[in-house]
Amino acid sequence: MADAPAKSSFSLGRVVLYTLLFFFCIYYLLPLYVMLVNSLKPLSEITAGGMMALPKDWTVAPWLSAWSSAQVGVEATGLRPYFLNSIIMVVPAVALSTIVGALNGYVLTKWTFPGATILFGLLLFGCFIPFQMVLIPMARMLGLMGLAGSVPGLIFVHFVYGIGFSTLYFRNYYAAFPTELVRAAQIDGAGFFRIFWRILLPSSGPIAVVCIIWQFTNIWNDFLFGASFSDFDSQPMTVALNNLVQSSTGVKEYNVHFAGAIMAALPTLLVYIVAGRYFVRGLMAGSVKG
Amino acid sequence: MSISETANPRGSVVDRLRDALPKIVLSPTVAIVAIFVYGFILFTLYLSFTNSRILPSFEWIGWQNYENLFRIRAWDTAVSNLVIFGVLYITICCALGLLLAILLDQRIRAEGFIRTIYLYPMALSFIVTGVAWKWFLDPGIGIEAVVRGWGWTTFEFNWIKDSQMAIYTIVIAAVWQTSGFVMAMFLAGLRGIDNEILKAAQIDGASTLALYRRIVIPQLRPAFMSAFVVLAHMAIKSYDLVIALTGGGPGTATELPATFMYSYTFTRNQMGIGAASAVIMLMTIAAIIVPYLWSELREKK
Repeated sequence: MADAPAKSSFSLGRVVLYTLLFFFCIYYLLPLYVMLVNSLKPLSEITAGGMMALPKDWTVAPWLSAWSSAQVGVEATGLRPYFLNSIIMVVPAVALSTIVGALNGYVLTKWTFPGATILFGLLLFGCFIPFQMVLIPMARMLGLMGLAGSVPGLIFVHFVYGIGFSTLYFRNYYAAFPTELVRAAQIDGAGFFRIFWRILLPSSGPIAVVCIIWQFTNIWNDFLFGASFSDFDSQPMTVALNNLVQSSTGVKEYNVHFAGAIMAALPTLLVYIVAGRYFVRGLMAGSVKG
Repeated sequence: MSISETANPRGSVVDRLRDALPKIVLSPTVAIVAIFVYGFILFTLYLSFTNSRILPSFEWIGWQNYENLFRIRAWDTAVSNLVIFGVLYITICCALGLLLAILLDQRIRAEGFIRTIYLYPMALSFIVTGVAWKWFLDPGIGIEAVVRGWGWTTFEFNWIKDSQMAIYTIVIAAVWQTSGFVMAMFLAGLRGIDNEILKAAQIDGASTLALYRRIVIPQLRPAFMSAFVVLAHMAIKSYDLVIALTGGGPGTATELPATFMYSYTFTRNQMGIGAASAVIMLMTIAAIIVPYLWSELREKK
C-alpha cells in the first residue's frame, strides 16, 4: 500500500490525518507523562487535583524514597534490593534460554529427524499454555529441588518456560540459512559443534538480539511466577512495585508509586528505545508466524 | 548423519556417539518440556479430580470439583467478566489497530517515530500500566478530580470504584497497552498487499473507501487471524493487570479466571477447585491455539 496520491502535501485531508495521528500520540504518551510529572512533585500538589499539571515545586524526593526508603511489604528498604533481584534473575535466565534455543534451532533445521515438526509443535504449545496450569506442581518441584522462594528458583522457572520462544526464533531463522553450506562443511570433515560455531553462529547476530530482547522484556516484566515462587527477600521488581502500591498503610504516596513504576519500566523502556526494531521483530515472529 | 556413517564404516563407539550428538543436544529440552509442560499439565489435571485442599492429595473424587466450581458465584462472575472483557478487548484493539495502521500507511512523515510512540506500551510490565491507570482513573486524584479542578464541578468518572463499571477500566488499560501491537501487525499486512491490484482498481475509478472495503481489508484476513489468536490468548491469561489495577475488586467485580484460580489455590486453600479452574483455562486456550499452530506448521512443510 502506501500509494495514496501525495500531490499536494497541504490538502485538508492531510491536515486531518496528521491531527488524528498527533491525537493518538498524546493518547499513548499520556500515562507516561502522568507518571513522570507526578513522580517529580510533592504529594500535596497531587492530592490538590493537580495531576495533569507540571510540578510547581520540582523535587526528586519521591525518587529517592522509592529507591531506598519506601515501605515495601513489611520493611522500609525501598525498591533497590528488588531491582537487584530482578537483574540477578534476568541475566542468567536470558543467557541460558537463548543458548539452548540456538542449539535447538540448529538441530531442528540442519539435523532434522522424523517427528521433528511434531516435537517443535509440542514445544511451541508450551509457550501458550496458561501458566496457572503449572503453578501447583512447580511450587512442589522447586521445594523438592531446594529452590523454593529463591532467586535461583526463579531463574530456573524462567529458563524452562523461555526455551519455547527462543527455539522458535532460532528455528525460523536457521530454516532460511542455506543447508548446502552445512553439508559442504560436513564433507570437509567439520563436526556438529564446529559447524555451529564457525558457520551458523557468526551470522546469528540479528536473531540473537531479537531473542535476548524478547526474553529480557518478558522475564523482567513477569509477575505471576515472581508472585508465586518468591519470598520476601527474593521478590523481583514487579512484585515489589505491586506491594509498594497496594500495601502502603496510612497516607498513599502517589508520587513515590509513580517513581517506583518508572523505575520498574526503565530497563525495558531503554531497551525498546535503543533497539525497538528488534523488539518489534520479536513480537511479530512470536505471533504472525506461530 | 549419513555422511559420517559412510565415511567411517568402523562404527566405533565414538562414531556412534558423534552421530547421536544432535539428538543428545536436543534431549535436555525434550526432557524439560516432557516434565515441566506436559507432566505438569497431567499433574494438575489429576489434582482437579482429587479433594486437594491446602496440599495436594491423591484421593479421587471424580467430577465433584467441576460441579462445585460452576456453583461458585465468584467463578460465574469471573467467566462472564472474561466474556465481556475478551469481546471488548479484542474488538476495540482490532478496530483501533486497523485504523492506526491505515492512517500510518498514507506516506506519513516521521512514520517510524510515531510508530515507536504507539508501540512502546508493549515494552512495559502490566504492573506498571496498572499502577499508572489505577491512579489516573482514581476519582480522588485522577481524571475526575482534574476535570473538576478545571471548573466542571459535576463531572463524574468513578468507574474504577463502581462494581458495575470496573471491568471496563480493565478494558481501557489493556487496550492502551496492546493496540499499538495490533497496529504493527496490520501495518505489516498492509505492506504485503500487491500495489498493482490497487493501482488497477484506482484506474477503474474505485473510491478510496471501496478500495479499502473491497480489496485491502479482505486481504488482511491472515493478520486478523493472528491478532485474534494473540489477543484471545492474552485475554484468557490476564492476571497481572487486574491485580495491579483493581485487585479483582471492588468486591469480586473484576475477578477473571486467572485471578480466581490463584486465590482459590493459594489463599483459600481449595487446591482441587483451583486446579479445575486452571484446566478449564487450558482447554479454552487450546481450542484457540491448537488449530492455529496446526495450520501454521502444516503450511511450512
